[in-house]
This record gives sequence, C-alpha cells and structure tokens, in this order.
Amino acid sequence: MATILLFLDRTGTAAGSPLSKVSEELLTLAHTAGEPVVALAGPSDDSLLEQLGRHGVSRVLVSEQPELNDYLLAPKADFLAHMVISTGACAVLLENSADGKDLAGRLGIALSAGVITDVVGLDSELVAEKSVLAGEYNVRARVTTATAILTVKANIVDVVAAETPVTAAVETVEVPFDAASQQVRIVQRSPRAVSGRPALEDARVVVAGGRGLDGDFGPVEQLADALGAAVGASRAATDAGWIDHAFQVGQTGKTVSPQLYISVGISGAIQQKAGMQTSKVIVAINNDEDSPVFEIADFGIVGDLFEVLPQATAEILRRRA
Amino acid sequence: MQRLKGHVAQSALNIIVLIKHVPDAQFDRRLAEDSHRMDRSESILSELDEYALEAALALSEQHGGKNSENTVTAVTVGPPAAVAAVKKALQIGATAGVHLSDEALAGSDAAATSAAIAVLIQHLGTQTPVDLVLTGMASTDGETSLVPAQLAARLGLAQLTQVSALSLSEDGATLMARRDGDTETLELQASLPAVVSVTDQINEPRYPNFKGILAAKKKKVTTLTLADLGLDPALVGASGSWTEVLDAAPRPARAAGTIVSDTGDAGIQLVDFLAAQKLL
Ligand SMILES: Cc1cc2nc3c(=O)[nH]c(=O)nc-3n(C[C@H](O)[C@H](O)[C@H](O)COP(=O)(O)OP(=O)(O)OC[C@H]3O[C@@H](n4cnc5c(N)ncnc54)[C@H](O)[C@@H]3O)c2cc1C
Ligand SMILES: Nc1ncnc2c1ncn2[C@@H]1O[C@H](COP(=O)(O)O)[C@@H](O)[C@H]1O
Repeated sequence: MATILLFLDRTGTAAGSPLSKVSEELLTLAHTAGEPVVALAGPSDDSLLEQLGRHGVSRVLVSEQPELNDYLLAPKADFLAHMVISTGACAVLLENSADGKDLAGRLGIALSAGVITDVVGLDSELVAEKSVLAGEYNVRARVTTATAILTVKANIVDVVAAETPVTAAVETVEVPFDAASQQVRIVQRSPRAVSGRPALEDARVVVAGGRGLDGDFGPVEQLADALGAAVGASRAATDAGWIDHAFQVGQTGKTVSPQLYISVGISGAIQQKAGMQTSKVIVAINNDEDSPVFEIADFGIVGDLFEVLPQATAEILRRRA
Repeated sequence: MQRLKGHVAQSALNIIVLIKHVPDAQFDRRLAEDSHRMDRSESILSELDEYALEAALALSEQHGGKNSENTVTAVTVGPPAAVAAVKKALQIGATAGVHLSDEALAGSDAAATSAAIAVLIQHLGTQTPVDLVLTGMASTDGETSLVPAQLAARLGLAQLTQVSALSLSEDGATLMARRDGDTETLELQASLPAVVSVTDQINEPRYPNFKGILAAKKKKVTTLTLADLGLDPALVGASGSWTEVLDAAPRPARAAGTIVSDTGDAGIQLVDFLAAQKLL
C-alpha cells in the first residue's frame, strides 16, 4: 500500500497531551487512503504512540533537533523533505493552517512536488476537492508530480480508528538542515490567551458576532456557553478591538465549517462568507432584512440581537433544567 | 542558491513589492467552463497586497525618507491588463513598476508563478541590489499563500511569512517581525535580504491622493517577457505547473431558508428550530 506521510508538530506541546482533532482527522484520511507514517517534530510519549497505533501508524520518525525550535518553519520543511525521501511517501498531509501552507510550499520546492491547499475531500487516486473563490466554486484538482503535498481543512471527515490497531515503533532521526533554512531566528515566544471554549476550527457549533454587537460580546458568549460553542467574530468586531483577532472568521481569519454557525449582527460581506459558508446549518440574526447574510441562512431572524439572544439562551437553559 | 547580494550596510534601501491583479470580489467571479481559468475582466490590485505596499513605503520612509535614494518597485506577473495594478501602486507611492507579461505564463500554478518571479527578481537584482521582497498574505483569487514561501525557498532567502509587525534596525541590517500563531506569538529576527509576507493586521494602507496620481504619470513601468529573462516557457504556465485542475463547478446554491421577523418570541422559535435539527 502507498505510504502517506503525516506531519505532527509537537514542538510546543506538553508530553501526554492528546492529539488535536485536526491531527486525528488527518490520520483518519491517511489510514483510509494508504499506509500512514508519521514524521514527528518534538518529543514522543507512550500515550501519543498508543493513539497513533489506534490509527494504524506502525512507524513514527522523530526528530528533536534544536533547530526545529530555534528557527521559523524552514528546518521543519527540511526534516519533512528528508522523511519523504527516506520513506518513499507518495503523499504528504498537512494542516491547512498558516504553518501548514508555508511548510507545504517549501516542501514543494525541495521535492519538485505539486501542492494543493484548502483540500476538503480526497479520493483513493489522490484527486483533491477544494472550494475556491470564497466558496463560489468547487474544484477537483490533482498533483501531476510523483509526490503530492496536500493541506487539508478541518472538519471534513469523521474521526475513525483503523480496522486493526498496531504498535507504533519509534525511530529517532537526525537530518542535516540547509544553511538557508537557518536564517530566521525565533527570539521570543509568548503564549496567546486561551478562552476555555472549544477551538474555533474544531468546534461543532460557532456563535459569531459582528458590528451589531456594539462592543458587547456578552450575549454572544452566553449563547455560545449554553450551546457549548466556540465564539467567532467579523473583522469589524476584531478591528474595533472588541475581541482578539484570533477569533476572526473569514478570508483573512479562520475558515470554519461547523454543524451550526450562528451569525449575530454580521452583514455577511463576501470576505466573511468566505470563512463560513460551508457550514452545515447557518442561522442569522440581524435587524436589517436586506442583509446579504439572509441569502445563505437556513433560518433567519430579522430582529434585535439584544432581544433575541438572551431569550434564546434562557430558553435553552430552561429546557436543559 | 545564489545570493541577491552579500549584505553590506548601504545607504539606499531597495524593496520589491509583489502585487497581483485579481478579479474584484465585489462582482461575481467566474471560472471558464473549458479551461477553468478565471475571468479577469473586472480586476483590481489585490486588496491584501496593499498592506505589503504600505509596509514597504513605511519602511522606506523610516529609513532615509523622501529624499533618500530608496526604491519601492511594484512587480506583477500577469496578462497585459495587469499593468493597471502596477499603475495603481505607483499612484499610492511605489517609485517604479515592473510587469512580466507573456502568453506562456497563462495557467501557472503557485510553483510556476514562483519560478517566474524568482527569475524576474534575480534579473532585477543584477541592476539594483534587492534588500527585501514584500508580498501579501494571500492573493484574493488563488488564495494559496504558497508563492511567498516558494519564492523564498527558490532564492534561498530568509522567509518571514504572515507577519503582523515589521521593522528594520537602525543600521538597516536586521529585520524584526512578529508572527501571530494560533497558540503563540513569535518575535522573529533575520538579516537582509529576505522575503516577507504581511497580514492585514500590519497597517492601514494609504489611498492615492491627487499629488500621487499626478506623480505616477512620470514614473517608469518596465514591461518584460520571458525572452528578456532568458526563461524557458516550458518552465512556466500549464507545462511548468505541478498541479492541474480537472473540473470546476459553481457551488450548488443553498436551499432558501426560513426567514422570520421577531414579534417577541423569535428567540423561542430559534430554539425550536435547533431542536428540530437535533442541534441542541
Ligand atoms: C481584504 C479584506 C479582507 C477582509 N477579511 C475579512 C474577514 O476575514 N472576516 C470578516 O468578517 N470580514 C472581512 N473583511 C471585511 C468585510 O468586508 C466587512 O467589512 C465585515 O465583514 C463587516 O463586518 P460586520 O458584518 O460585523 O459589520 P457590518 O457590515 O457593519 O454589519 C453589521 C450588521 O449588524 C446589524 N445590526 C446592527 N445592530 C443590530 C442589532 N441590534 N441587532 C441585530 N443586528 C444588528 C446590521 O444590520 C448589519 O447588517 C475583509 C475586508 C477586506 C477588504
Ligand atoms: N502573479 C503574481 N504577480 C505578483 N505577485 C504575486 C503573483 N501571485 C502571487 N503574488 C504574491 O504572492 C502573494 C501570495 O499569493 P498566493 O500564493 O497566490 O496566495 C500575493 O499576495 C502577492 O504578493
């Protein structure tokens, strides 16, 4: 079976932490399409290996070389290039994050291999589906070189374990890094605030607020907490400083496709739609019936969010009680 | 890989800004049914590249200012009409423009585009040393964010991507940048020359003013072809690409939803809807 290489970046992750949902999704794709091998940057541990084994990973190639931490991304791309060559992998799966795309780009040049980003579907011939032009078109594309490099969006497959679990064996590797890959030094790291709510990209439900909130995210946060949802925002709300930029949904923020997206006081500009219109169910609350967001809403409420949201939140809590 | 120049602390700062001419998202954007190529008739300077141009102008102004010999060259690769994006950049404040246009470039993917831009930058570097290449975080049509990383890899230059703050040390030798990741913010340092892509968080791009529009008329736009660069047409366009599009279809329209006006119980109706959809 064809080898599919998967990159796990655990350089900043505490030992024993569970795999992220996105990683499990990539593993699911990899063991369904071929023989998964993991290239791991950062420490390995027993619970990680156990999880990988459940996903059919029998081979884990680990590097803990300090360059992986000292410089921005490029050494990780070098590591991956060496792992593709040594495993003969026909495909590399990466997260569709800023880091994932940068790695994919560099790896593509190192290996003379084609890269497809924003993948939302993959068949056994490695033909990829992706949506382009802010979700207006669905495209099927494929890589024409020997190795395919794919950055895959979150939430496109249900996580399932491999049919037969295996024991993951660890091989520690040391790769030579290119001098050109050691030019951008990381001189300081500061953790970003964590919210305690589900991560935006992984969440089953997202409640997002825009300019209509007029500086008060309270109603959105309360509804989100009643639903166990992540909080998102439009750029108008992040630009105004009402909420951190990390919560922005859209072309220059996160792309989400949850089961349910509740858009609150957001007009629905093309750049906002780009980040959310593949959500399964879209609910919109806006006091202007001509807002473009209603064109894509499955359920729309023309009304004042400061009335509708607290009422809905109270009703959810009442039914739960 | 060959260096654009060995770094010497020198007086003038020479910056290249990569800009792309892209279909305006305010209009319906279409892919042709047969070739799957983009209809580029209603196109503008990619909004995300305005942040790169602003970053370049700000750096130039901070290091020497208006009376310096600094250059900010707006560079685009694209069909004849793409010169409009270069002209817009000149109105905003770029000092000169370069347009690489050749039929053989049509259908280039990120790898082929970065191959053409790499050769173009090496070519420009033989005339004026290049200190910095600034790009947008993504083109608003292709949206891959691959070109900056691929360009840096091809040229062997320092790659600082998706940065939300950028400055240059007093002596002009060290770049400092901030990159906001999902879990942490990184402070980065590198020596020039470098390739830097900037996010829309980095600045507030300026608009062209009347003086700028007049001044742009006197600025130089150089148009080049692949032959001028000695670049084999087989290395770009569809033949130089490492990916291919098999088919493209407009996204099926979402079924029309239910829209209600709040008469006092819309919050309850919302919960009923969620319950019916098994989303509670
Ligand atoms: C290059 C570029 C990139 C961009 N990237 C993004 C991006 O990633 N994400 C993004 O979101 N935007 C992005 N934008 C901005 C986008 O174009 C819009 O400007 C932005 O999405 C508007 O945010 P908004 O809907 O919150 O604000 P507005 O458009 O001002 O809409 C506010 C809405 O709230 C409604 N409202 C007001 N009061 C109430 C109330 N009491 N009850 C109910 N409804 C109320 C109003 O009717 C209105 O529809 C980008 C723009 C550019 C140029
Ligand atoms: N054809 C092009 N001409 C000039 N610059 C480009 C071109 N394509 C991409 N770029 C630059 O690379 C950035 C990222 O583009 P992309 O990789 O297509 O998302 C853009 O913001 C531009 O700065």
